[in-house]
Amino acid sequence: MGSPVRVVVAKPGLDGHDRGAKVVARALRDAGHEVIYTGLRRTAQQIIDTVRDEDAAFLGLSSLSGAHNHLFPRICQLLVEQNMGDVIVFGGGIIPQDDREELFSHGIRAIFGPGTPTSDILQFIDEARTRPEVGVGGSSDWFWTSSA
Amino acid sequence: MVLDFICVGDFVTRQELLLARQGSRRDLARLLSLIEDGSYLFDDMSRIDASRDMSIAITGSPGVGKSVLCDQLLNHWASSGYNVALLAVDPSSPRSGGALLGDRIRLKSIDDDAIKDRIYVRSIATRKSTGSVPLIVRDMAALLHDVGYQRVLIETVGSGQSELRCAAVADRIVLVEGPARGDSIQAEKAGLLELADAVIVNKADIEGARKHFDELKESLALEQDELPQMFLVSALEQTGTKELADQLFNLASTQRAKKSRIYQHLLASHEQRLTQHPGLNEVLDLILEGTLHIDDALSHLNGSS
Repeated sequence: MGSPVRVVVAKPGLDGHDRGAKVVARALRDAGHEVIYTGLRRTAQQIIDTVRDEDAAFLGLSSLSGAHNHLFPRICQLLVEQNMGDVIVFGGGIIPQDDREELFSHGIRAIFGPGTPTSDILQFIDEARTRPEVGVGGSSDWFWTSSA
Repeated sequence: MVLDFICVGDFVTRQELLLARQGSRRDLARLLSLIEDGSYLFDDMSRIDASRDMSIAITGSPGVGKSVLCDQLLNHWASSGYNVALLAVDPSSPRSGGALLGDRIRLKSIDDDAIKDRIYVRSIATRKSTGSVPLIVRDMAALLHDVGYQRVLIETVGSGQSELRCAAVADRIVLVEGPARGDSIQAEKAGLLELADAVIVNKADIEGARKHFDELKESLALEQDELPQMFLVSALEQTGTKELADQLFNLASTQRAKKSRIYQHLLASHEQRLTQHPGLNEVLDLILEGTLHIDDALSHLNGSS
């Protein structure tokens, strides 16, 4: 294996629940990745600035507030506009199945719900790394089918 | 034509360097990653002006308030119109090689729209068993100077050799202390006081800070002729921090600190040379078998590789 993967784990919007984000951050660290955690209540632009300055390959978004349909696509759009379409974006939290198809259409490659084994997320990262064009602005229509 | 930098896949990096100099932080971030991976050796010091650019290590034990102090220094300098950067070095997990980098959480200045474009922050993990981290940090600071950041802060935990050497590659070293940290012997043991150009006692709002400050000053005066500059501040209440930022911006170095830094730098270079020697594994096996003495191994590894 080459260099560790750099992953930004972010909490966008007005949402104070970060237990899940911290569990994911820890699992990624224990799998040998470098995780940059943004802390709570970040704006879309703050998150994108962090991804840019930290040169992260992956961005994980956590939302339990119900605002994912607004926040996630906005972040995807800003990433593409600001020349960061190669960043691979995944999401997690309380995100109903019915909302997921729409989020995938914005370039998000995986959505992990409550009860997802952390190994699932690690497998997603390993697989996404090897696939071409799976950045948020990439042409691939591949997405990860999560178990939860 | 002058080859002003050496790199692998040179056309791309040359292009990125030009864009980074024009202010593209995306390209700057990518170049820093390439330095970190060891695939880009930035050694063009021609644009770096020692009278204009300075890297300052901020080091000290966990919990003394390094991040909050760094935040206030960045804020103050950026508000004065300077471009400033922070390299926050954190240890990687020795077991998995991964790292959780959370320094950004404590930085308020990067959320301030008025100054955030003049502040660049990068988290660095020490990664697994690399003796080369300090030299990587040095090269990253040099690149930041090159693209226009006049002050680069290097925040490290002041424990462990790798972290100590990360501090030693900076132009200046500032040691942060807090009250109630036992006696001043603790700081002396760590070998940090002899490296420091300035010593800050933070948390002046807590009882005992003044006493600790006086004790440190006394013990330093006893054994050194060139005293580091000393500051008593409270980052929490922001008392003394403005003066601190003004003073640190043009901090002078002492001969003693310079010499100690060169010593650490020498050790870092030596360690890198050993750990990157292609025959290292073979030599280790020979020592294990008992067929090679450690002195012979050293002279072999130090010979031309």
